[in-house]
Amino acid sequence: MDMKTANKKLSLKDKYKLFTRDLGWEPTYRTKEEVFPYVQYEGIKIHDWDKWEDPFRLTMDSYWKYQAEKERKFYAIIDAHAQNNGHLHITDARYLSALKVFLQAISPGEYAAHKGFARVGREFPGVGTQVACQMQAIDEIRHAQTQIHALSNYNKFYNGFHGFAEHRDRIWYTSVARSFFDDAMAAGPFEFMIAIGFSFEYVLTNLLFVPFMSGAAYNGDMATVTFGFSAQSDEARHMTLGLECIKFMLEQDPDNLPIVQAWIDKWFWRGIRVLSLVSTMMDYMLPKRVMSWREAWNIYGIENGSALFKDLARYGIRAPKGWDHAEEAIDHMSHQLMLGLYQWKFGTSFHVWIPSDEDMDWLSKKYPTTFDKYYRPRWEHIKKHEAATGAPFNNFGLPKLCQCCQLPTLFTEPGDPTLICHRESVYQGERYHFCSDGCKDIFDNEPEKYIQAWLPMPGLMQDPLNGDLAGWMDWVFLKNGEDNGDYATSQDKHNFELWRSMASSNQ
Amino acid sequence: MQIDLRTVSIQPLRNTFDHLVRRFGDKPASRYQEGSYDIQAAENLHYRPTWDPEQELYDTSITKIVMQDWYALKDPRQFYYSTYTLARARQQDSMEANFSFVESRGLTDLLPADLRQIALDLLVPLRHAAWGANQNNTFICGYGYGTTFTQPCIYHAMDNLGIAQYLSRLGLLLGGTEALDAGKAAWLDGEAWQPLRRYVEDCLALRDPFELFVAQNVALDGLLYPLVYERIVDEHLAGRGGSSVAMLTQFMTDWFDETRKWVDAVLKVAAGESEHNRAQLQEWINAWKCRAASAVLPVVEQVFGAEADDLVSEQVAAFKARIEKTGIAL
Repeated sequence: MDMKTANKKLSLKDKYKLFTRDLGWEPTYRTKEEVFPYVQYEGIKIHDWDKWEDPFRLTMDSYWKYQAEKERKFYAIIDAHAQNNGHLHITDARYLSALKVFLQAISPGEYAAHKGFARVGREFPGVGTQVACQMQAIDEIRHAQTQIHALSNYNKFYNGFHGFAEHRDRIWYTSVARSFFDDAMAAGPFEFMIAIGFSFEYVLTNLLFVPFMSGAAYNGDMATVTFGFSAQSDEARHMTLGLECIKFMLEQDPDNLPIVQAWIDKWFWRGIRVLSLVSTMMDYMLPKRVMSWREAWNIYGIENGSALFKDLARYGIRAPKGWDHAEEAIDHMSHQLMLGLYQWKFGTSFHVWIPSDEDMDWLSKKYPTTFDKYYRPRWEHIKKHEAATGAPFNNFGLPKLCQCCQLPTLFTEPGDPTLICHRESVYQGERYHFCSDGCKDIFDNEPEKYIQAWLPMPGLMQDPLNGDLAGWMDWVFLKNGEDNGDYATSQDKHNFELWRSMASSNQ
Repeated sequence: MQIDLRTVSIQPLRNTFDHLVRRFGDKPASRYQEGSYDIQAAENLHYRPTWDPEQELYDTSITKIVMQDWYALKDPRQFYYSTYTLARARQQDSMEANFSFVESRGLTDLLPADLRQIALDLLVPLRHAAWGANQNNTFICGYGYGTTFTQPCIYHAMDNLGIAQYLSRLGLLLGGTEALDAGKAAWLDGEAWQPLRRYVEDCLALRDPFELFVAQNVALDGLLYPLVYERIVDEHLAGRGGSSVAMLTQFMTDWFDETRKWVDAVLKVAAGESEHNRAQLQEWINAWKCRAASAVLPVVEQVFGAEADDLVSEQVAAFKARIEKTGIAL
């Protein structure tokens, strides 16, 4: 028989189909429930996995090729950066606080996303969905590693980076991001996709990465800019995956709508709370600022977010429940949190400082309705207090943490920026505290989950530390007098200025 | 002539991160170490999974293997994302060259019809087995503990997908979409393939990541790859004028050769940890090896008929010798 085949030219779409979903089959020796045990319990109804539209069509041969090209460039640049003392090209060492928070709180999140996507990349019964999730799983470990590698050289010269692995598990403020990712991973596969794939990657990622990477560029940090650029095309794929996933769920069954909407409400609010850390970075930590947090929100939150939710309205999706509250809080959150961080700077593995007069003028220009009225007076008060006592303004009283987002309950009531917002719920005879209605709602929907949260502040007061602050610092790998405290008196400032003068003068 | 370029020399404050100093001493760390050790959350996990409240988010007790330190299971290739991707991109370059060599010279047209049929019957259904392997390694990565053990599994999973795609390309080249349809029909209903499909589906129902590692990466691949790619493609087909097929499966031969070093290293360290582990691994490998041997036998029979039995037995013996070098008596 003549087997010579007229190899018909296949369309890219058909070819990709053969290279992915045609590989799968319906199991007959095992039940679907045995092979995909977690796909039912969340109540999401999927009738036809074949209706999944591949958000991108990338076969492994092209994946290896493109990614290897990016990897070569990335490591060439960070090698050169390390070799040429690239760290001396940053604006000044205040900038490093943003990097420290990033390495301690966000890079571990990349790793968690890697594990989470590997899990859902196995648990979803559709091959198209599985492959897309697996590619994100391998991308996310790339991001965790490129971030560690890019920041590794800073660790050699500056404080606050050295204990990032211990900080991730033990220090108090990282539990804001950790609990976010743990929450997503503890959820079922569909909720995970809404939490990370949609809310984080699609709705919130621009508010995190764009300001962060632009901040790096503005402040002369080539290493970070490089991992940012290098991750961009991966992120574009992840965003299309997140969007496809939500559309797929909504198109499959009308009963999915209320479930998905509740997840969007929840994860939007969870995300806003995590982003409050980013807001302090944008408004306070960058020596040379790109734009204010408010301006970033206007572009990436309001413009992009409104377009997105308008697009999803045809499925019956409305904007997230906490949207209006968030919109009002944008003008306050960076100031409120930064004032908190300044008071608790003995317990942070990064430096903070009182904004200079020039910085405060910038803040009043960017926040004309709030900064001068509510926040400049508080900074001035701290300044006066420090001048009078000759000692840094520290608040050794430990903050009460929100049971849900794990931030100190320092945000204010909607409608009244002079009143701290407190909410509480009683569950099984125990009283739990929250920073907002959004966080209380999340708890009330799933109290059996959130009562398990590990709260770092109670941990400090319990056995074996029993409130011993020095013991706590040892336990979290925080070096007192080096990693923490005011930038003005820090070793980082001293060394940076010394080294820079060596590099730029003949003394 | 060497020119010594001068830069401002600054004494670093420290060599590396605290967790790496603890493990390896106070010296600069490699990128493999920085990107692999202790980067998974270990303490103060916030919530139990709603999908299985019996488990922790990262749980060492979901497998019967017990390790004092899961990071001891390191990858001798020291693959982290970058080195992995660069290695595969190089291999892909030569695979691309092989495919275009075969295509441009019309070598598949020169392939004797019986060899072409053997290649199609044998290799095309295996794209489904490779997809099963992809899911299993994705599982081990997702649920296994400790990055040194789990990160090679996501690389392995993507390799499995790559192999499934190379096999699909091979099928298209040799027989068009009809060949893929026929291969899938054989996988689903052909008698010769049912034991193997059952094996793969049984693996898909396993939830112990280390047992799955044994069933898929040790036992099944340990017999299937050398039999199919070394004995049948590289020796049998190539020896009879089918070397163009061997060019199209070069990745698989090289890949098995490379990855078995990692698989063996994992077994060796896990078995060396305790008698408990050694006994457990022995039990698993024995059981899965027997099943794998009987699952691949009818596949090999398609090519070798009555001789297949001897061929598989030989391979089982070679497998046994390989595994015993890791300290696990079979």
